Amino acid sequence: MIAFIIRRLLQSVLVMLAVALVAFGLFRFIGDPINNMVGQEATMIEREQLREQLGLNDPIFIQYFRFVGNAARGEFGISYRMARPVADIIAERLPATLELAIISGTAALVFGIGLGVYTALRRDGWLSHFIMSSSLIGVSLPTFLIGILLIYLFSVYLQILPAFGRGEVVQLGWWSTGLLTSSGLKSLIMPAITLGLYQLTLIMRLVRAEMLEVLRTDYIKFARARGLSNRAIHFSHALKNTLLPVITIAGLQIGSIVAFAIITETVFQWPGVGLLFITAIQFVDIPIMSAYLVLISLIFVVINLVVDLLYFAVDPRLRVKRSGKGH
Amino acid sequence: MSNMQSTTKTPSLLARALDSDIFYSFTRSPITVISAIVAFVMITAALCAPLISPQNPFDPSTLNLMEGFTAPMTPNEFTGNSFWLGTDAQGRDLFSAILYGSRVSLMVGFAAVGFAAILGITLGLLSGYLGGWVDSAVMRVADVQLSFPAILIALLIFGVFKGVVPVQVQDKMAIYVLIIAIGLSDWVQYARTVRSSTMAEKNKEYVQAARLIGVPAPMILLRHILPNVMGPVLVIATIGLALAIILEATLSFLGVGVPPTQPSLGTLIRVGQDFMFSGEWWIILFPSIALLLLALSVNLLGDWLRDALNPRLR
Repeated sequence: MIAFIIRRLLQSVLVMLAVALVAFGLFRFIGDPINNMVGQEATMIEREQLREQLGLNDPIFIQYFRFVGNAARGEFGISYRMARPVADIIAERLPATLELAIISGTAALVFGIGLGVYTALRRDGWLSHFIMSSSLIGVSLPTFLIGILLIYLFSVYLQILPAFGRGEVVQLGWWSTGLLTSSGLKSLIMPAITLGLYQLTLIMRLVRAEMLEVLRTDYIKFARARGLSNRAIHFSHALKNTLLPVITIAGLQIGSIVAFAIITETVFQWPGVGLLFITAIQFVDIPIMSAYLVLISLIFVVINLVVDLLYFAVDPRLRVKRSGKGH
Repeated sequence: MSNMQSTTKTPSLLARALDSDIFYSFTRSPITVISAIVAFVMITAALCAPLISPQNPFDPSTLNLMEGFTAPMTPNEFTGNSFWLGTDAQGRDLFSAILYGSRVSLMVGFAAVGFAAILGITLGLLSGYLGGWVDSAVMRVADVQLSFPAILIALLIFGVFKGVVPVQVQDKMAIYVLIIAIGLSDWVQYARTVRSSTMAEKNKEYVQAARLIGVPAPMILLRHILPNVMGPVLVIATIGLALAIILEATLSFLGVGVPPTQPSLGTLIRVGQDFMFSGEWWIILFPSIALLLLALSVNLLGDWLRDALNPRLR
């Protein structure tokens, strides 16, 4: 098991180094970094000085290692467009994205499990049929269309929720939160639904399928024979055993929530890192692009690692002998 | 493709198709028949756009600014012309714009799926047949890429393109870059599926026999193994088409897709979003419905195909 953890850690470090190589390649070879930093009037000598000062004359691999070292300390240089340190800009924007992602992820998990259990237990009820068929449409609807639909319904037609922005925010140290003001909470509702709906349907369908499978097993029949109440059977015997794959999928979905936040943030003009990234692409703001890339990859790699290790924690069969080379 | 050696005579291809299990399961599922009709009508309409659309929406000489913001099915207050689905800000007939837009969406979708399939099938065949370091290299890259969502990869490729290509030719090349970006974000599925079926096929007797009589490896891969691994690829490609259409629309909606001079459905929705607040609901509604119908019908067809080709579900 120790060997597996070490191999898995090494793999993660390798992935991060590869991502850093891509990010470094972006930074170093797309456009001239010097041109993007100095004005038109800078003389050749000034440019050469800056070039020397930034170490752009050193061998490429030394520059790469310096880039990795800086990235590890969270330094990604200065944004071309906003002329401020990238780390500061991202630190400012990150709370908005994380709040949105956590709220919508939690909501998707809670409602997904609830609806999944409901549709599995009342398999033939009309409400279950309704939920299942509308979930099919939910999967096919592109995220941005869901957002637009909500805006039309609640902002244009009913005029009860704000169509864009984050509302008023409160500063708690460096963390800005919209959860403490009523306008902030109102602004959060539609983006959170938009972002979480796909994950919700996914989790719901998974819980339903697993639950139906488990309810057919012998130990459930035995539990019924023992005369346990339905409630005890469904929730403490059946549900507990369906949660293992759910935790795995839900963990992996955290990553896609962060990525899909790009779309949601654009629809609702939510001031998070996703919107920052889209603007950076449009204006070819390379330092922000490479910083976002490294940040997102870090989140993905850490989640993948945790999910893999969680397998060991929750499934005792794996601890005895790991079967073959897993992918 | 085995020739039927029946005692009487070989039935025609059409008769065989109508008699097959797949056609039977097709006729038994009303949703699938409806999806097929919707997809067929939309694809045909997009292909024949220049023939059936009332105007060419990208020829400025046919546009009349006075006709801007005409509501659907109501005569314009200045010219008296009426339009089925209304007009946008420049007096462009929305029905024509949607026909031409779905043409762009479908073109990008089909090309991206084709690109992803060719790349994925080639790499999958090679890594399944050769094994060894080729296999580990391809599969490691696939593993890493699979842990990132497609949209992120496509956005990144687009960002690199914007940084490398001079501004003057960007609009012209955007559509090709979009195809490559979507294709590159989606090849892994094909490679993995083809690899695993190739590994199963390569030890079968017909392949060993071919190898024994000295058929060269590329020939074995293309003529013998490839036809036998294409079933699952077809399913992935159909669902992939729906995903590619949605991804293209999303990228265009985010403003990193096709240029506004050659709008796809996603671009039309992006443009329409601005008018939603001022009451011109039709500019965004109809392109959205078109996109939804297209994506949903192709998706449902893919679902049906997956079940129909899955021997376990028969």
